[in-house]
Amino acid sequence: MYRRRGVYRRLGVYRRLVGAQVRSHSAYRASFAIDLATNALIPIIDLIAVLAMFQVTRTLGGFDIVQVLVMYALAATSFAIADLAVGNIERIRFYVRQGLLDAVLVRPLSALGQLLAVDFTIRRVARIAVVLVVLSLAVSRAGVDWTPGRVALIVIAPLSGAVFFSALFVGTATVAFWWIESGEFANAFTYGGRDFTSYPITVYSGFFRRVFAFSLGFAFVGYYPALTLLGMTDPLGLPSWAGWLSPLVSMAAAGVAGLVWRLGIRHYRSTGS
Amino acid sequence: MRSDLATASRIPGVLRYPQITTIAALAAAGFRRYATYRQATAASIFTNSVFGFLRCYVLLAVAKSTASLTAGGYAQDQLATYCWASQGLLGMVMLWGWTELGDRIRTGDVVSDLMRPLHPVISYLAVDLGRAAHAATTRFVLPMVTGAIFFDLYDPRRIATYPLFVVSAALGVVVCFACRYLVNAAGFWLLDIRGIMMIWTFGTAVLTGLAFPLHFLPSGLVTALWVLTPFPSIMQAPLDVLVEHGSAPVQLGVIAGQAAWAAVLLGICWHVQRRAERRLVIQGG
Repeated sequence: MYRRRGVYRRLGVYRRLVGAQVRSHSAYRASFAIDLATNALIPIIDLIAVLAMFQVTRTLGGFDIVQVLVMYALAATSFAIADLAVGNIERIRFYVRQGLLDAVLVRPLSALGQLLAVDFTIRRVARIAVVLVVLSLAVSRAGVDWTPGRVALIVIAPLSGAVFFSALFVGTATVAFWWIESGEFANAFTYGGRDFTSYPITVYSGFFRRVFAFSLGFAFVGYYPALTLLGMTDPLGLPSWAGWLSPLVSMAAAGVAGLVWRLGIRHYRSTGS
Repeated sequence: MRSDLATASRIPGVLRYPQITTIAALAAAGFRRYATYRQATAASIFTNSVFGFLRCYVLLAVAKSTASLTAGGYAQDQLATYCWASQGLLGMVMLWGWTELGDRIRTGDVVSDLMRPLHPVISYLAVDLGRAAHAATTRFVLPMVTGAIFFDLYDPRRIATYPLFVVSAALGVVVCFACRYLVNAAGFWLLDIRGIMMIWTFGTAVLTGLAFPLHFLPSGLVTALWVLTPFPSIMQAPLDVLVEHGSAPVQLGVIAGQAAWAAVLLGICWHVQRRAERRLVIQGG
């Protein structure tokens, strides 16, 4: 009974930390409005990059513009949700380098929870709003044959993709525990991963596709859920229900990321900083 | 704090021998400083290589799905060279991540820059050129080698392309430096430049030709972007010179445009710096 009360109290602390961040960011109304507008522009700029490809061609990797936009929108929604929830973990390399992580570790809350709550940036919700609009437009133009399963999938796929990207954010951020000057190393997998999943994986070939799409699991964020939604067959041979593997892949990724994080924190503590 | 004598000695048009050796020393210092960031350079090269693979596959797929097997006037080997060189140039011009002047404005350290005998724009430019020289040997060369191993790259047909590319890349560095300087100098008025930096980061991802070759867009729009904004002169221009997109006069015209933008932007930097100094309020005494 005491352990349950402790959990609620800790959750309350996180809620207050996040609430404080939200209040402080929205305190100055005008600059908060400008921040929201700037953040809303960001997914639009990414969208321009995808649309520019279709200025010179009608199909890409065997898929037309609407189908690619469904894949892009699923990937972008997953990434935007993960970026809001967990994106601040990238800052851990600054904390490690400046020795500020010790202050985080001394407190009675979990290190990961603190790092996420203290730098929470509410203005990123503008990105989620914009990509949701893109997703609904793309899905309505694609003419999806709606079954209860597909209605469930279009809710589940972005959420499980968000879990996948969150696991990726946390997992790649832990490299800062071992490699102090890691710089942009994690970006190759987080932002690179997002770019990867924005296009059909038939575009990629060989070793690169095998590693990113299947070993790391990026194909299950945008490509396979989109194929299942659209009712298309996979040129690479997986069954049409492969989109439903997305939650399993995400949970496996989350498990790996949690393990790597615990190893990293233990390594950081034990090196006597 | 400022005397007329100090101002006169900092006018850029009057470069004397002591100033030229100072500029050379600053450039050498910039080279050495960035040469010590070995791990960050390695991480950068890895990330740029991964993005090189990503962009290369997408651009090649675009070209393969057109009837003519070209896209935007680029053949497939030109597209491969384009995207690998763009990842290399990204590190060389340091498009993103430079907030040094903005940080110094915020903490007030910029005052010591203003008290030095060399104009801040010239001294920061000198350091940046040294940094770019180091990046040319590491952040440009290694992704290009990676691209050459895994993809068919384009061999320039004209021998003049090699020196022209060096000139064009150097001008791209200068144009990018001037843009970054202006973005940071907004800190003299705004103090917090994060919003502008975000707009810069995401705007340049598209407008410099990094996300896709600008020639994918309608030609009127491309011309407008090229003439009215400096962004294509940062990366699209050296990349077009390298893959010989257009004839030799077109290459020379592109370089002339870059030089014009470099001159205009450096002039704006100098002017902005003078205006900023007039209204400078030093924080924290």
